[in-house]
This record gives sequence, structure tokens and C-alpha cells, in this order.
Amino acid sequence: MFGEPIARLEDDRLLRGHGAYLDDLGHDALAAAFVRSPHAHARIVDIDVSGALDVDGLIAIYTYEDLPGRVAEPLPLLIPHPSLTHPRTGFPLAADEVNYMGEPVVMVIAADRYLAEDAAEAIIVDYEPLPAVVGVEAARDGEHLVHADVPGNVAAELTQSNGDAVAAIAAAPHVLELDLTIERSASSPLEGRGVLARWDTESKRLRIWSSTQTSTGVRAAVAAKLDLALADVDVITPDVGGGFGVKIMHPWPEEVLVPWAVKLLGRPVKFTEDRAEHFISSAHERGQRHRVRVGFDDDGRVLGLDVRFWHDNGAYIPYGLIVPIITSTQLLGPYKPGAYRVEFTSLYTNTVIVTPYRGAGRPQGAFVMERTMDAIAAALGLDRTLVRERNFITPEEMPYDHGLIFQDGRPLIYDSGDYPASLAKIKALVGWDSFPAVQAEAREHGRNLGIGLACYVEGTGVGPYEGAHVVVETSGKVKVATGLTSQGQGHQTVFAQIVADELGVPIGDIEVTTGDTRAFAYAVGTFASRAAVMSGSAIALAARTARAKAIRIAAAALEASPDDMEIVDGVVRVKGDPASAIGIGTVAVLSNPLRYAFDEAAKAATQFAGGDIDKPPVAAGEAPGLEGREFFSPIRSTFASGMHAVIVETDPRTAEIKILRYCVVHDCGTLINPRIVEGQIHGGVAQGVGGALYERMAYDEYGQLQNASFMDFLMPYVSEAPDGIEIDHLETPSPLNPLGIKGAGEAGVIPGAAVFASAIEDAEGFPITAMPISPSELFELRQLHRRG
Amino acid sequence: MADTGLANTRSANSGPTYSGPVNSGPANAERAQARSARDQLFDVRLVVNGIVHTVIVPARRLLSDCLRHDLRLTGTHVGCEHGVCGACTVLVDGVATRSCLMLTVSADNAEITTVEGLTEPDGTLSPVQQAFTDCHGLQCGFCTPGFLTTITAALAENPEPSHDEAREIIGGNLCRCTGYQNIVKAVLRAAELKRRRSS
Repeated sequence: MFGEPIARLEDDRLLRGHGAYLDDLGHDALAAAFVRSPHAHARIVDIDVSGALDVDGLIAIYTYEDLPGRVAEPLPLLIPHPSLTHPRTGFPLAADEVNYMGEPVVMVIAADRYLAEDAAEAIIVDYEPLPAVVGVEAARDGEHLVHADVPGNVAAELTQSNGDAVAAIAAAPHVLELDLTIERSASSPLEGRGVLARWDTESKRLRIWSSTQTSTGVRAAVAAKLDLALADVDVITPDVGGGFGVKIMHPWPEEVLVPWAVKLLGRPVKFTEDRAEHFISSAHERGQRHRVRVGFDDDGRVLGLDVRFWHDNGAYIPYGLIVPIITSTQLLGPYKPGAYRVEFTSLYTNTVIVTPYRGAGRPQGAFVMERTMDAIAAALGLDRTLVRERNFITPEEMPYDHGLIFQDGRPLIYDSGDYPASLAKIKALVGWDSFPAVQAEAREHGRNLGIGLACYVEGTGVGPYEGAHVVVETSGKVKVATGLTSQGQGHQTVFAQIVADELGVPIGDIEVTTGDTRAFAYAVGTFASRAAVMSGSAIALAARTARAKAIRIAAAALEASPDDMEIVDGVVRVKGDPASAIGIGTVAVLSNPLRYAFDEAAKAATQFAGGDIDKPPVAAGEAPGLEGREFFSPIRSTFASGMHAVIVETDPRTAEIKILRYCVVHDCGTLINPRIVEGQIHGGVAQGVGGALYERMAYDEYGQLQNASFMDFLMPYVSEAPDGIEIDHLETPSPLNPLGIKGAGEAGVIPGAAVFASAIEDAEGFPITAMPISPSELFELRQLHRRG
Repeated sequence: MADTGLANTRSANSGPTYSGPVNSGPANAERAQARSARDQLFDVRLVVNGIVHTVIVPARRLLSDCLRHDLRLTGTHVGCEHGVCGACTVLVDGVATRSCLMLTVSADNAEITTVEGLTEPDGTLSPVQQAFTDCHGLQCGFCTPGFLTTITAALAENPEPSHDEAREIIGGNLCRCTGYQNIVKAVLRAAELKRRRSS
């Protein structure tokens, strides 16, 4: 099954409307609604709840002062870093000060959401507004502070280098400087966040359902906040309506407050985030300003690269420095500059927090590096692909050590990849060499065409680990559990494909559970394109263990040598002797020595049914049950890569930007299911288009988000997506895991801003240095360049 | 829960700001009046997927909430609550309609089809549903019910859409996962399956 483009096993349920997303659960639950700050920065003077008290169905109202013990403490700093010298995280409910529009101030619990919102609306909060710090410039300028005790609004500064880039640039024959900007966007899954909790007053256990990318993360955080033993908390991830990064952030204020209230009230409570709330209270990403100095020789080889950038981390920094660290390291893409230095400053602003959104700092890094490559080509009058090729790391240089530390705290060492082969493929696919003629002909007809190309390398499958449990039931059905969560990636299908091959059972007999701490309690989460690499590998290992055990037991039962056994279609048999065979369900029966038979088949495992009376029923080193439980923990990340090319047409009058062709060459190692990988690429490309041409968080100078709706935040419809995406695959297997796979989830979005900037620049003939770019911005740039 | 005093200011507060029986505060006459108008209940008859339901709802109850929470037909999803994403699309008397923009009381006596009602009588997936799995037209599945109902209505009007018409048909629905590539293919595949089944 491995490598087959089979249809997804999860589809049937979802197509019938039988999915179970967070808000589809808990019909008996009370509803939570929140009073959120309308100000970007203000002191809370007074909260008057009296108007809400006679709302029918009101159950409770909570402000910060109601919160006890650890619930009243700031939310955790999830990923500390020595350079994060001024970490600040928010409280579950604002204490004295609000730091972004949308910050929760009061929680209302009522019989249903309508009534909870009625009550929330009747609560009057008196604020004393403070100056808002919005955007990198205002933060850097430091005239006003987001946090009074954080000088210059600086959360962190971090520098990494490999060689002496400053000296290399000084000695280089050519030097360029570029200022490059990417604006804020957001993951924007169609389903917002949500959490439902129940407290079992009899067993004193808490059960939480959360629309999250990490059930184990939520479990640990909530248990710690509520002073509960981990064993007394279950977290279940139901169907999740998209994540794209925003749901790896945890615990959200609501994920702490709802379980806390549930325990107090003894009744289930549910919070379902609405769209307006999602815009102003869930995380954003991408906003960065970059300054590049690059020194290069006459052939376009980069001798020294010095990048300084400023990262807008929003009001708090619970997710640490992951996004800017990724930009600073993954910026290098497939290239090997002679020397490299990167320095970033992470700045507080009075806006929604910033945590990873699909690509997680890489779209910015790719934009910076690819713009630099294009600028070098333009300065030397060389073909853009030639300059890239001259700077590539070659396959012979793999594994390649960049001399930097990656986001997982490990050395940035590429495991494998073939960038020249990718370039050859993308050039052929898009028709790079013949495009100048096409462009010239179009120009004769008054049409502006441009071609762009962009490369990326993506560290995927970051640690520390994932695990899996594979158990064969006496029915012959196989239950597979892994702890990380699913948000539409088709994990049930691809993991079942792996087990079908490794164990030798029909795929229809395999059932996969993800993201349920009751089924598998040790896990990290679904982010960084890691699920297939990490859980896929763990599942393969666990299936191999179960297989080896099945063969041991069956060989003993059939008095054959284990070396002569195979498992085919759920039957363990002696190779070449189909009569010597035993169903894997029966092997499962035999694997568990019984005193009590529970059905006809189970009699075979009872104490008078046979067996060697001189040996213990469970042999030393064995355990009852036909199962495998294994963990996979690689030494470091594996590096996927790819190249995109786009042909655009820009309207000479309106500056409308139209996509004529979009081509992708993609290398994620060995493919488990090409259909699913291509689906991931399609979705990523559409998000890349959004980030390049449409999506931005339009904050005004007061920190008011002006476009907090799907009417105004321009997520691509089909009319904005490319009409066809041409894909070619390259497979350079990873040596770092048993299946040779690399992650595929984020890749499609990474080169979006870079490839469109390149194509629009080619069409227009002037530099594109800030993305996204709208037709009116392009129009204004034309005016500017015409004026000179 | 212990009864606590009603705290009007933060400083006067200890324990829950408010927790306890309702109706304990002095009612503001004006607001109470507005509320009683808002809370007036209406009997509404809905025929959903062929089954007659009578629901008793306040005037403000959205059709999407009624379907999901009163009738527990949770296949209809709510993605934006302002009529832009199309996830909540259902068929009202055969017309694709955003159930988050319709009040339940306005649907009195309407025949409504939700995603749960799209399958054939014997439980087989409808041509549109089958086409989505054939073409990998869904990932997280959250927006999918709205696409399925929208396309079902469109194919009833135009059984043989061209590629461009297929794009037009899904032009008002948002999907964040698929980049629409395979949904366009699914529209054409659904039309083909529908023709094949009816021939």
C-alpha cells in the first residue's frame, strides 16, 4: 500500500455529515462567552457586571480576581530560550492591563451561547486607554512601551554566524543592500478554536475535548494549572476543522478557564470561538522587516551574507522564538554562502500574539533569500536560475552542515537533497528557457507577462519524539494509536497504509486513533510537517515489533522456523506451504495465555489446551498480547525541499495580477500517498497566493484590526487560486528514519511571496520588495517608477 | 457553589464575581421589555431531510443553530456566521441557502436538505459525495458539507457544467485546505456520476 494514491479512509464519515468537530459535541453543556478588550492598550479601571445579573440563564461571571492559585498566574512560556531575556505571557483573564484588542477580560457562563452573549454585552468595563504600539517601526522606535518593564519593547535579540560575513562582504567585488518586508497574515482555519470539558464528580476526573494540534500539550498544561495528576485528566482531539499552526499554541486562555469552571460548577461547559473572535484573539504570523547586505563575485557566488531583521511578536511571546529562529536558519534554502551572519530582534507590539502559521517563518526567509538571488542576477545581468545554481549545495556535499543551530536546538545539518535536479525539473516543467520569447511576443500585443522562480528547504519532522501502539485483536482487526493529532492530513489513511505493509494485513482491518490521550499518552503534536516522519516511523516500528511477535508465536504453534514465515493478507504462514497457516486473530488469541475462555476461539489459549508444561506460559522477555509499542526519536530534523515557478500577467491599466501557470517541483523523500501529498501542496499553494496577493492583517495606528471578517480579510476563493497546479516530484529519501520520508505539510506555502515577487518584478521591470502586493499598490509603484 | 454578594466593582470582589441563582438583580424595565420581545417563542414547522419537525424557538434563533443544536444535525457547519464562507449552506426548498443568515422562523414550512440528507435512500453516497472521495476533494472536511449542498443544487440546474462553470459553481465557498483544485475536479466527476446513475 505504501506509495499508492488510495482514496482516504476518513472521507465516508465526513461526507455523510457524521464528522464530530468540537461544536458538534456536548449538547448538554453550558456555554462560555467572553468580554474582550476593545482597546489595544489600556488599564482596566472598573468592571461593572450588575447589568448582566438579570439575564435569564446566567450561571456565572468570572473576572481575574476570581481566579485562584496557578490559574491566576501568567500562562506558560512554552519554549524558553537563553536569548529570550524579557519573556511576557498573558493572564487567562486580563489582570490590570490589556495589551491587544481581543484580550479576554471577563468570562460568562450561561445556559446557551445566545444568553452568554446577552450577559457579556451587558457587562461594562471602564478602561483608561494607553498609547498603542503598532507595527515594527513603532516598536523599534520605543517611544511607547507595550510592557512598562520591557525596555525598547525588545523581547529577545539573537545572532548566529558561520564565518566572518562582514569581512567577506567588505572584500567582495559586488555588494548589494535590500530592505524587504512581509506583512501579517493568519492561519485562518474554517473551524475556529474550541474547548469542551466535563468533570466527573464521582471519579474526580477531568475530560477535555479541544480543537488542538496537541492533546498531550493541553493535558500537561491544564493538569499543572488545576493541580491535577496527569492520570486524572484526559484530552481528546475530535475532528478538527483545520489548524495550519494556530492550534499548536496552547493552552489558550479558554483551555484553562473552561476546565477550571467545569470543576467549580460540576457541569459541562463549552466554548466555541466565533469568526470575529478568531481574528482578534487567535494568533497571527509573518510580520517581519529585513535588511540584507550581500557580497558576491562576478559569477554571482555569494561570498558573504549579513541579514538583520525585526520580528513583530505581538503582545506576548508564549511560543518563544521559534518563528524568527526558523527564518534566520531556513533563509539559507538550498544555498551555501561563503559566510553568513544573521541577527534578529523580537519586538512586542499591542497586537494579537504571533505563533507559527504553516511555514512558520520560512515564507519570510525564502522571500529574503530569493529576492537576494534575483537582485544579484539583475545586478550582473545573469539568468536568475544560473545564479541560483552556482550557489547550490550539491548532492555530493550532503550531509551539509551550515554551522548554525536550528529550531530544535540541534545543528542545522541537511540530510539529503538534490537541488540541481529539482532546478532542471522546474525549468523543464515551466518552460523557463523558452519564456523570454513568449514574453516578448506578448509584449508586442500589449500584454505584460512575467515569470518567477523560488526555491526553499524545509526542516521537517522535528523531535523530540512520537510513539505508537499497534495491537492485533482476537478478531484479527488491528488498532493503531499515536498521540499526535489530525486536522485533515489524512493520517488515518497514510498510517493504515504503513501498517498494512509492515504487518501484512488488509487495510480495511486497520483502525487508527490519533490525538486521544486515553489511547496514547506520550506525544508532542502535529506541527513542523512532522506527523508522517515521526508518527509514521513510530507506527512502522511498532508494527514491525507486532509482526515479529506474530511470527514467533505462529512458528511455535506450527512447529516451523520463524525465518520461513510470512504474513500475507492477515494470515501468518510458512512460505511455500499455504496449508501451514494461521490467522493473525488466532495468533492474537495464542499470544495471551488464559485461565478463562470468553468465546470459542479463546479456548485455544486456556491452560489445559496444550503448551510446553516445562516453560512459563509467558516466556521471559515476552508480554501477553499481540502488540507493539515503539517510539521514534531521530537525531535531528530531515530536510525536504522544492522549487516553484509562476507565470503572471499584470494588467497594463488596472494592475490586476493574474496567474497564468503555477508549477511545483517537490521533494519530500519517499511518498506514502501521492494523492494526499499533492492535496497538501495544492492547499499550501493557495495559502501562498493569499499571502502574496491578498491576505494582510490591517491594523490601524490605534491597534484596531480593521478587517476582522471574511468579508474584509481576503482569503482566496477558487477565483483567486491558480486554475491548475502542475506538480513534478523528486524523491531523495531521508537517511534519518526507517521509511525515508520527509514532511510535506507546509511546503506548498513557503515560496509563495518569493515566487510572485519574482514574477511581478519580471513583468514590471522594477524591484518588488514588500509583500503582499495588491493591484492598487502595484499601480502606485508604477507611478513612482514612471516619475523616476 | 456558595452564594456570594453581587459585586459591582473589582475592588469589592471576593470569590466569583457572580455565581448563583438567576433573576436576583433589580430588572431594568426597558431592558426587560426588550428581552421579553426577544425571548418570545414561536412554533416552527420544518421538514428536514423528509422528516417533519416542530421546534419552539425565539425569533433570533439562526437556522444553522436550530439544525445543529435543536435537531442535532451537526453535519451543517458554521465557519463565519456572516454569510461569506458558505460552510453552513443547506437547501431550502431546493435552493442553496446560507443557514447562518436565515432565521428559523423564516423557514416555517420549508423543505430543508442538509448534508445528512444527500445520500441515496439506500445509504449509498450521492454522486457529489462520491466524487469528493474519488477526487480527494476534502481534507479537514469542515467546509465540505457546504460545498456538497451547493454543488448538488447547481447540478440540478446545470447537469453538464464545463470546467469554467465548475469553478463558477463553487465560487462562493471558502476552503482553506484544498486550494480548490480537486473540488473543481469533483464537480465534473459528480456530473459524470450523476449522468451515469440516471442512465
